[in-house]
Amino acid sequence: MATWKEETQSLAGSDLVMIRGGSGKPLLVLHDELGYTGWMSWNEELAKDRELIIPLQPGYGKSPRQDWMWRHRDLANYYLNVIRELGLEKPDVLAFSAGAYTAAEMAAANPELLGSITLVGPMGIKPDEGEIFDIFSCTIKTCLRQTVFNKEAKEYAEIYGGEMSAEQFEWFEDARAESARLGWEPYMFNPSLPDLLRSAKNAQLPTLLIRGSEDAVIPQDCIRRYHEALPQAETVSIEGTGHRPEIEDSAAFLAAVKKFLA
Amino acid sequence: MQIAHFTERPVRYLAEEPVLENRAFFGVSNKYYDREKASHDYNFYLDEACFCEEVGFDAVAINEHHGNPFCSGSVVNIEAAILARITTKAKIVIIGNMLPGVKHPLRTAEELATIDTISRGRLVTGWVRGAGSEQFFNNANPAYNREMFNEAHSFIMDCWTKDGPWRYEGKHFHYRHVNPWVKPYQEMPQQWIPGVLSAETVMWCAEKQYPYLGLGTALGPTCDLWDMYADKSAELGYQAGPENFGYLLPIFCADTDEKAQEIGKGFIFGGGQNAFSRPEHTLPPGYNSKSAIRMLGQQPGGSWLGVSKDKLMAGADDSWDASAYDGLRAKLVAGYEKVQDNMQIVVGSPETCAQKIKDILSVIRPGVFTCFAVQGNVSDKDRLRSVELLGKEVLPDVRKHADEIGLFGPFDRLPGSVKLAPGTKRAPVVDREALAKLNLP
Repeated sequence: MATWKEETQSLAGSDLVMIRGGSGKPLLVLHDELGYTGWMSWNEELAKDRELIIPLQPGYGKSPRQDWMWRHRDLANYYLNVIRELGLEKPDVLAFSAGAYTAAEMAAANPELLGSITLVGPMGIKPDEGEIFDIFSCTIKTCLRQTVFNKEAKEYAEIYGGEMSAEQFEWFEDARAESARLGWEPYMFNPSLPDLLRSAKNAQLPTLLIRGSEDAVIPQDCIRRYHEALPQAETVSIEGTGHRPEIEDSAAFLAAVKKFLA
Repeated sequence: MQIAHFTERPVRYLAEEPVLENRAFFGVSNKYYDREKASHDYNFYLDEACFCEEVGFDAVAINEHHGNPFCSGSVVNIEAAILARITTKAKIVIIGNMLPGVKHPLRTAEELATIDTISRGRLVTGWVRGAGSEQFFNNANPAYNREMFNEAHSFIMDCWTKDGPWRYEGKHFHYRHVNPWVKPYQEMPQQWIPGVLSAETVMWCAEKQYPYLGLGTALGPTCDLWDMYADKSAELGYQAGPENFGYLLPIFCADTDEKAQEIGKGFIFGGGQNAFSRPEHTLPPGYNSKSAIRMLGQQPGGSWLGVSKDKLMAGADDSWDASAYDGLRAKLVAGYEKVQDNMQIVVGSPETCAQKIKDILSVIRPGVFTCFAVQGNVSDKDRLRSVELLGKEVLPDVRKHADEIGLFGPFDRLPGSVKLAPGTKRAPVVDREALAKLNLP
């Protein structure tokens, strides 16, 4: 196993807890709206030739909440300052769901600071057809069922199987609360984002859009609209997976990501 | 003591099956709405309030909920405004305006001031955060609920006390020109705050010297909470007393115990209060404080308003056979008996009701007592008979008892007016010996 560690650094005006593991060119990983679910096999695989830096989003239980963060755009600019203060040279960004929304905001705000963005099941742009699934108006279990299509995936059971401890429950609720603070209204999208992404389009920021073919959280039209805003983007559909292709079909997911990052 | 009548103004023409099938009132489709029957109900409930005044209630209390046939009142200030004109002496108690859901405190300040002015000073205004489900209905961000509540409340207080025009730039609300040309008729209307065992709300009330109204909460935990209020008030230099506390209790009265028992089952129609909304709607993200969430997480089987960690974890299709209505109803009836044993619902003849109410008052010693009228599809006639029996036969007895044990209402003695010197031990606010004598399960 690659060694990974949890560390806290004072960055961009607050303490930020990060998971860091592997070595090589930095890969900034932004977790989704339900929080970091632990070091999985896909992390391990990518860490073979990359240094993974996974900030635990402020307000998600470990890194303290920042009162001034109202929108994903605020969080995005915070992370851009983190990149500056860590001295990272054009890191690649791999981001999931609402984390991908944040990454898109980062790309819109300052594409020159990034090497590339890989957006997996990205929220952030309102689809013309379909709706982004409302994770706030269902129970935790319903939300997880909606999220994962391939329920036979080994790591799905590892993450979500068994009893939820009191601590896990609290983290989950912290994550939901902070997600609501940032994304309640409009629900998980920024109407300006497609226009703001013009900067990333003009900069020809390398972009990969990944979506599970059976994703029931973000409709296919979200990908179409992202692609419309970022025509340079490559798109990959991972068959037979839902909103968590990285654990539902890790091999296909890794193949797509590695090919793009190579 | 002030005695109020409260009703949720239930939608009475709705069959029970859609509620059971939906597992809650919130979210039942409005395709069942009936214009004619609704028109009757809205008018009836206003007439019922007038009748309450006529038979001796000191106050009529109303509230609002949204997207929910549990309560047909969706814009409480409209009904209160009508009551301001058609009643003559009863206090009009609003429990309450949901500040984070309305999202427009300037408008709320104007509406309430209008009601107080038309009624010539009979408004008692309450503030609420709104149930969890209201956050969805109003698209009010639950994670900012407490902040918005505090800010809106503080803004309204300024509206009612500061001369305008002035400008307001807050965190959640912004007004360039604040200068409402209607102010409350009273210098400051009393503010009574309803709550369901929220320690944060209780502390807030103690700080503001606002009466706290327990909404049918179990007597033991209610005593604990009122002690908490009294400790805080002692810290702040005043002795809390009955004038600081109110209690709302579901009550149905009929000529005989048997009849009351039968009709009183309206309280469990569709699952009753525990079926107000499903767990995922009752606790939206960020709505509760971190300490409340921690408590919930540590007591997975524990229940708060019918919500537990286990229920939050359950999926929509788990352990629910919506077609097994008879089984569900049997469970509800068992629950009906249990809450009566626990004295959280009082149902019976005037004698039965009076005795139970007096027993409850002896324990928690509130200065405001509110009779929560029956839910479900109960006829106009049976509802009005309950009001009449309560007003004419039960309340005189209850008032006599309240006087004997010194239950001052907030209009008899202003909350916060009994000062306590630093270092002085506060007096008890509840009677735990009386509680023990009740031998509650």
